[in-house]
Amino acid sequence: MKPAGFAYHRPATVDDAVAVLAEVSPAGKVLAGGQSLVPLLNMRLAAPEHLVDINRLTELAYVRVDGDEVTVGALARHADVEHDDAAYAVLPLLRDTLEHVAHPTIRNRGTTVGSIAHADPAGELTAVLTLLGGTATLRSMRGERTVAAADFFTGPLTTCADADELVTSVTFPVPEGRTGAVWTEVARRHGDYAVCGTGVVVTLDDDLRVAGARSAYVSMGPEPAVLDLTDAVAGAMYDDADWAAAGRLAAGRLEPDDDIHATAAYRSHLAEVLTARAAGDAARRAAVA
Amino acid sequence: MTTRAFGEPIQRLEDPRLLTGQGRFLDDIGHGALAAAFVRSPHAHARIVSIDVTDAVDVDGLVAIYTHEDLDGRAGEPLPLLIPHAALTHGRTAYALAKDEVNHVGEPIAMVVATDRYVAEDVCARIRVEYDFLPPVVGIEAARDGELLVHEDVPGNVAAHMVQSRGDAVAAIEAAPHVLELDLAIERSASTPLEGKGVHARWDADDASLRVYTSTQASTSVRAALAARLELPPDRVEVIAPDVGGGFGVKIVHPWPEEVLVPWAAIRLGREVKWAEDRREHFVGAAHERGQLQHVRVGFDDDGRLLGLDVTVWHDNGAYTPYGIIVPIITTTQLLGPYKPGAYRAEFFSLYTNTVTVTPYRGAGRPQGCFAMERTMDAVAAYLGLDRTVVRERNFIRPDEMPYDHGLIFQDGRPLIYDSGDYPATLEKLKKLVGWDEFEAFRDEARAAGRRVGIGLACYVEGTGVGPYEGGWVKVETDGSVVAATGLTTQGQGHKTVFAQVVAAELGVPVDRVTVTTGDTRRFGYAVGTFASRAAVMSGNALATAARKVRDKALRIAGEALEADPRDLEIVDGVVRVVGSPSGAPGGSIPLATVAVLANPLRYAFDREAERATQFGGPVDYSKPPVAEGESPGLEDTGYYSPPRSTFANGMHAAIVETDPDTAEITILRYCVVHDCGTLINPRLVEGQIHGGVAQGVGGALYERMVYDDAGQLLNASFMDFLMPYSTEVPFIETDHLETPSPLNPLGVKGAGEAGVIPGSAVLASAISDAEGFAITRMPISPSDLFSLRLARESR
Ligand SMILES: Cc1cc2nc3c(=O)[nH]c(=O)nc-3n(C[C@H](O)[C@H](O)[C@H](O)COP(=O)(O)OP(=O)(O)OC[C@H]3O[C@@H](n4cnc5c(N)ncnc54)[C@H](O)[C@@H]3O)c2cc1C
Repeated sequence: MKPAGFAYHRPATVDDAVAVLAEVSPAGKVLAGGQSLVPLLNMRLAAPEHLVDINRLTELAYVRVDGDEVTVGALARHADVEHDDAAYAVLPLLRDTLEHVAHPTIRNRGTTVGSIAHADPAGELTAVLTLLGGTATLRSMRGERTVAAADFFTGPLTTCADADELVTSVTFPVPEGRTGAVWTEVARRHGDYAVCGTGVVVTLDDDLRVAGARSAYVSMGPEPAVLDLTDAVAGAMYDDADWAAAGRLAAGRLEPDDDIHATAAYRSHLAEVLTARAAGDAARRAAVA
Repeated sequence: MTTRAFGEPIQRLEDPRLLTGQGRFLDDIGHGALAAAFVRSPHAHARIVSIDVTDAVDVDGLVAIYTHEDLDGRAGEPLPLLIPHAALTHGRTAYALAKDEVNHVGEPIAMVVATDRYVAEDVCARIRVEYDFLPPVVGIEAARDGELLVHEDVPGNVAAHMVQSRGDAVAAIEAAPHVLELDLAIERSASTPLEGKGVHARWDADDASLRVYTSTQASTSVRAALAARLELPPDRVEVIAPDVGGGFGVKIVHPWPEEVLVPWAAIRLGREVKWAEDRREHFVGAAHERGQLQHVRVGFDDDGRLLGLDVTVWHDNGAYTPYGIIVPIITTTQLLGPYKPGAYRAEFFSLYTNTVTVTPYRGAGRPQGCFAMERTMDAVAAYLGLDRTVVRERNFIRPDEMPYDHGLIFQDGRPLIYDSGDYPATLEKLKKLVGWDEFEAFRDEARAAGRRVGIGLACYVEGTGVGPYEGGWVKVETDGSVVAATGLTTQGQGHKTVFAQVVAAELGVPVDRVTVTTGDTRRFGYAVGTFASRAAVMSGNALATAARKVRDKALRIAGEALEADPRDLEIVDGVVRVVGSPSGAPGGSIPLATVAVLANPLRYAFDREAERATQFGGPVDYSKPPVAEGESPGLEDTGYYSPPRSTFANGMHAAIVETDPDTAEITILRYCVVHDCGTLINPRLVEGQIHGGVAQGVGGALYERMVYDDAGQLLNASFMDFLMPYSTEVPFIETDHLETPSPLNPLGVKGAGEAGVIPGSAVLASAISDAEGFAITRMPISPSDLFSLRLARESR
């Protein structure tokens, strides 16, 4: 389990980084926290000719709260985002979700942007970014562009980012209106990738009736799936809505696969149960928001 | 520090070194060494047509590529079958490098030696092997069908078939008022120590000697095996187990292919060569265990007393049988636990499959046997509507029936006779600890809150301290410190602490004055190895014997110096004194250090202390030679312990679990252990052993399985998908001890190493069954499995 040979680059600025990426494209790969990439290299499942280490790009080590959105730079570790009180104040969902991502040691090293760039359909942050309708900002020598999450993820472990592009940041918008958001999941062991995980955002109107409900899932298909559950619960009082119906609606729309840890039938069942639980909790949170 | 070390829960002497990163594990040794890597079969069953190295030979840094053709002399023969047995009629072992055929994914085909491991792996990737595919046999059912064969010349894939019985179980069952049949299954798991295997070898051409470091549980036996394989005089071979990061059974097997090949290459190349196994290699290239199907027929009376028990086991032994059939023998003998069925019959088939070889993993067949027996006890209780503890109690061997002869032959080839144990008392303690009688109230309370809980228990008896023997050597240095050595190895158990306690207690010195070396053939050449919870029993008693001899000698010499009768002397805190006299009383005492000086009559004084032992150093008795007849110089001696048969520890576990009615998640709310391993040398270490064992038991019950697909690919060969429990998955463990000394050895100790793991699957199956209201017959069980079982029941 030793990687194949590669050339190693360690640029000091974002400008240098995109220059190197352009130079070596398409044979380069960004190295951030390495928590996903290094195992792939060691098992020789990936063998890029060039590694561009971005750990010197301190200009990207930030978590920024701008009114109704939280922007996370490419060098912010999961732990930085998790422990950022300003981000928690406006968007508690981030911390609540990150607590389910791996273990503290891995969160100390792994980056939030890296996990999104990696586009693992089991990665919680991919689902959260999609659920909130967030964006990713990409830079290359050719310029900068901002892409909606829905367009960013193009398949399992694939995104629209080109080989010469660096994802410099991602932005999580704070949901508008009176909302509550909850992440819940079932994992085999503490900190494992979920067997099924879901994040739900419920919006209430001024009378505390359900105005909208949306959910996103991990490990329930090849890409982060986002569902609109409003039909099942619209107009109901927040504490009296038929969340089980919302769960059934969700389960009916998802097509998970079997794997060695769980059957598809069990995953669908979990989606139903967890959606109902999370949605009910989210509605209660919205009510006191 | 007190000299009353024996029985005290002192902290591990090893830990300061290990916790500050000063451990010296295999990969810490030999930084300048060449690195080896292996081309391993990606196929479960194939004939090797050709091996093409054309693309590989010009990689920079390559030193050598070897295949079976290159293995000269005995190195090219099949690896030894370590434990032959008359019932193992079709034993097969692998070659160090595959010859013509591969029988499991991971079997080594070529060895590459290069300047470093990176280069070696680059070379491996460029070696092309052409295969002729053969159909793989995967899973016990396929092996049992016998339609496809693993080894052409082994009919029905049956490596061994064995029957043991006492009385006529079939007739007893026929005549019994009630009969039940159970079909049970336990999946594969494995030792998976955090440190994999590893070998470093250095050939000294000038000295014509070989030094091998290997991460093993049996260094002396590796030495014997290497000397034989490599055709070297045994005294030219040194084998040392450095710090070993866990073994749990897998490292008792030897010599592993790599253990032969790395020294072989080192000799051939005249260079140091090292190989450290990586995780994927360990999953596919080491060994697994568990893996059995079982059929139980039991006949019993209205009270739940077992009149006849007939068990058939189909045991998956993987591709080869290097360790013989120890595991199924243990399953079918240790299955009996603390019970005495009227008549007993056990039959097993040990079957080949195209998967990694099966050899003992902590528990070594006992968890499977315990599962069969305890599931049976629960089934009998459920059938009769009796409390599960009552049925067990009625079948217990009573303390006054000890020693109890089962009339069977155990894994050590000796009669299965329990030496001691008080099973009713153990059960009483367990019921109290877990609150067995109060559980129904808790269940009602939980049910009212929409929660589903269950309680379970499981009992086991564990044959420990199997022979043939171990030895120990103890020496008092001239500064009063004590060094001791034993040949068996250590893998993290804390042997150096408990052995120091044994020696310190015998010699009357503070425990921190004793330094113990294990697993180093340079220090002690006769040994068997560390397995079967035998170290404390075997080496503990051997070292006690050696220390006692040293003590006797010290008292003799001190007696002469003090002009006292040795019988009036004692050693307290490293000082020999007249019994009861306060230390420091003039003329009444002499430090052990000084006795050590006097014990070695010298011609040359190398320091001030030594002057006392030289020929003009003090008063001399001219009538005697300096070293008395029959004596040897120095304050040192050797002792051995060889038991007539195994000693039997026992224990009982109870667990309370909660199963989520919606998500089918399984949570252990409480886990209680009552344990009896005879006299405790160090309760803290015994508890540590229990904790580790329980963790592995929980792993085997709820998380770990080896997922092979039909093609024989291991789908979860990494710690990402092989779910070893984290600390977050292991419950808080409540323990209580009983101490029923073994009458078989002077210390009265029994083994404790494997106990914790044995009843894991049995107790959790019992508790989950109790929560769910139906019998769990297959372990491990995941939430997804439980969900499927619920669905199947609903649709019935
Ligand atoms: C034991 C373990 C458990 C884990 N459990 C979870 C879990 O439960 N949930 C979960 O979501 N994750 C989990 N992870 C994965 C972890 O969260 C990710 O490894 C991490 O988030 C990825 O970030 P990184 O900085 O380590 O990326 P790296 O490993 O460095 O890179 C990952 C990929 O993203 C690319 N990349 C990274 N940054 C950029 C960038 N700025 N621009 C362009 N491309 C980029 C890399 O080229 C590479 O292809 C686990 C990891 C481990 C080791």
